[in-house]
Amino acid sequence: MPNFYEETVRTGGADLVVVKGGTGKPLLILHDELGYTGWMTWNERLAEQRTLLIPLQPGYGRTPRVEWLSSYRDLAGFYSRMLREHHLDPIDVIGFSAGGFTAAEMAAADPHLFRRMVLVAPMGIKPSEEEIMDFFSMTIRSHLRATVADTVNTAEFGKIYGGEMTPEQFEAFEDARTETARLGWDPFMHNPSLPCLLEGTNVPTLLIRGTRDEVVPHDCIRAYKKALPDAQVAEIEGVGHRPEIENQAEFVRVTRDFLGA
Amino acid sequence: MQIGYFTERPYRWVPENEVLRNQAFFAVSNRFFDPAKGSEDYNYYLDENCYAEELGFDAVALNEHHGTPFCMGSVMNVEAAILARITSKVKIVLVGNPLPVIKHPLRIAEELAEIDLISRGRLVAGWVRGAGSEQFFNNANPAFNREYFNEAHDFIIQAWTRPGPWRYEGKHFRYRHVNPWALPLQKPYPQMWIPGVLSLETVQWCAQHRYPYVGLGTAIGPTCDLWDYYADEAAKLGYQAGPENFGYLVPTFLAETEERAQELGKGFAFGGGQAAFSRPEHTLPPGYNSRDAIRRLARQPGGSWLGVSADKLRQGTVERHDTAAYDEVRKKLFASYQKAQEAYQIVVGTPKTVLPKIKTLMEVLRPGIFVIFNVQGPVSNQDRMTSMRLFAQEVMPALRDYGKEIGLKDPIERTPGSVKLASGVSRLPVADRGPLAALGLK
Repeated sequence: MPNFYEETVRTGGADLVVVKGGTGKPLLILHDELGYTGWMTWNERLAEQRTLLIPLQPGYGRTPRVEWLSSYRDLAGFYSRMLREHHLDPIDVIGFSAGGFTAAEMAAADPHLFRRMVLVAPMGIKPSEEEIMDFFSMTIRSHLRATVADTVNTAEFGKIYGGEMTPEQFEAFEDARTETARLGWDPFMHNPSLPCLLEGTNVPTLLIRGTRDEVVPHDCIRAYKKALPDAQVAEIEGVGHRPEIENQAEFVRVTRDFLGA
Repeated sequence: MQIGYFTERPYRWVPENEVLRNQAFFAVSNRFFDPAKGSEDYNYYLDENCYAEELGFDAVALNEHHGTPFCMGSVMNVEAAILARITSKVKIVLVGNPLPVIKHPLRIAEELAEIDLISRGRLVAGWVRGAGSEQFFNNANPAFNREYFNEAHDFIIQAWTRPGPWRYEGKHFRYRHVNPWALPLQKPYPQMWIPGVLSLETVQWCAQHRYPYVGLGTAIGPTCDLWDYYADEAAKLGYQAGPENFGYLVPTFLAETEERAQELGKGFAFGGGQAAFSRPEHTLPPGYNSRDAIRRLARQPGGSWLGVSADKLRQGTVERHDTAAYDEVRKKLFASYQKAQEAYQIVVGTPKTVLPKIKTLMEVLRPGIFVIFNVQGPVSNQDRMTSMRLFAQEVMPALRDYGKEIGLKDPIERTPGSVKLASGVSRLPVADRGPLAALGLK
């Protein structure tokens, strides 16, 4: 079983905490707007072939807030700087939800940062139909429930969020919500210029969506596909916004197929 | 002391079941707003404030909220401007302009200067952060709420005192040309009284700026604690806090008989009352309270913010009641109304029963500013005015005498922060908890 551990990486004037684990070529993982969930089955599976690098976003509790970050483009710049300063580019990346938004901003600014890019239910582009779910105006519990289609039969959902929420969990979620608001309150979780800047970047891209995603509308994926016409799209049937825990086997299969060893 | 009159200017015609169904006033659909009734009400509430002046109140206080039948004052400065012209003696106290929500401090500086000029110097400005729900209504990023508040406040002071034109390049606000032509009549600027609901950070900020802090119907024990916190901060800054640094606003309703007062006073619990201002998800938007405040909320047993506990936030979106359950809800509301009276957080009765209660509040909290908050809910104009008259004619004179007797100086008589405290000298008490034990209050 691959070990995972934390290390602190000095980047952009901040001590960025990065979870590392696995073996093989490095794979950057950008977590979503709710924060790092801990090492799950999908991490374990991907770590069999790749070394996962999971930066814990500044302001989410573990890594201190970086005051100059005020947009997802800033966050993208911050992570890009980490890749350059630590000679990690070009690298493969998986970005989840707001992490997908961040990865797309990174690619738009510098396509050479990434070898291959997987965007899972990415925010970042305003859909022309429906809207990205306004999770700021929900309690944290309602938000969590909306991220999977089947809360009861998704074992890892229960593992992460089941039972009573401890004060520590509650505080971590509030930290995450606050930092997300700092970066993405307005315009809400998108950047109007992102589609134009993505065009022509030619980073090989896989877009993954759950067919029952209630958080990110289908049209967001269509908009990404329009900006990146060569992108592949993998639809995972019957799951919501978090295919990586709701159908980890299929998620790992399509991701591995795309990224290779 | 300054005795003030306040009303939320409730929209009294919304069906209570709609508020109960929504579990809050905020987010009740405006399809329940009848413009004809609203028009009458806006005019009536202006008249009501004139009546307060006629009855001898020192001040009328206005506030604003957005998107709610709880309070019709969504643009308070409009009402303040009208009152500036149609009243002649009362102070017009704003509790207060929600700086982070309006997001345009230069405009606020101009509006308030005009109000102060039209009123010939009767404005008392006040600032608030805006309720959580208003961050949604106005799309004001709650994660920067405190920063917006501080920067807007500092900017307005500059706009009123620094001769223009000048340029301002701040973090959140930028202006190429600051030169508001109309400046306040009061120099250097109107007093500022800061209302609040016991946010430690706000109290500390008030102490630092030597602004009176006005507790909005806050529980007595914790209010005493906050007074002490203010006074400790003041002592660090070398001054003795006193009644001139504190104000208290309490829901108060009077009628000719105890029975009638109790019946009509239930309006304070209409739709769930203050506790139903907004649902948990709207009360605490992300980043609205500081990290420390969130930690206190999460870890202190019984910790809550405006009735919203960490437990409520951990729960899912509220389940809506079915119609049959409303009567059950009303029973609970009635029980909470009675409990609030026992805790002196709502004062209801005849002049004879109300006077000793308010004297107790004055004895314990020693506020230089005391404001009564008229009833909510579907109470007639006549009954509202009767309450005001009974208070003004049969309670207020005795309160004034009592205030003098126990030395309640107000911020007009004595400038807040002007009593120096020598280094190494212990500060004097600012609250008297003595009577609380006998009343069963902590």
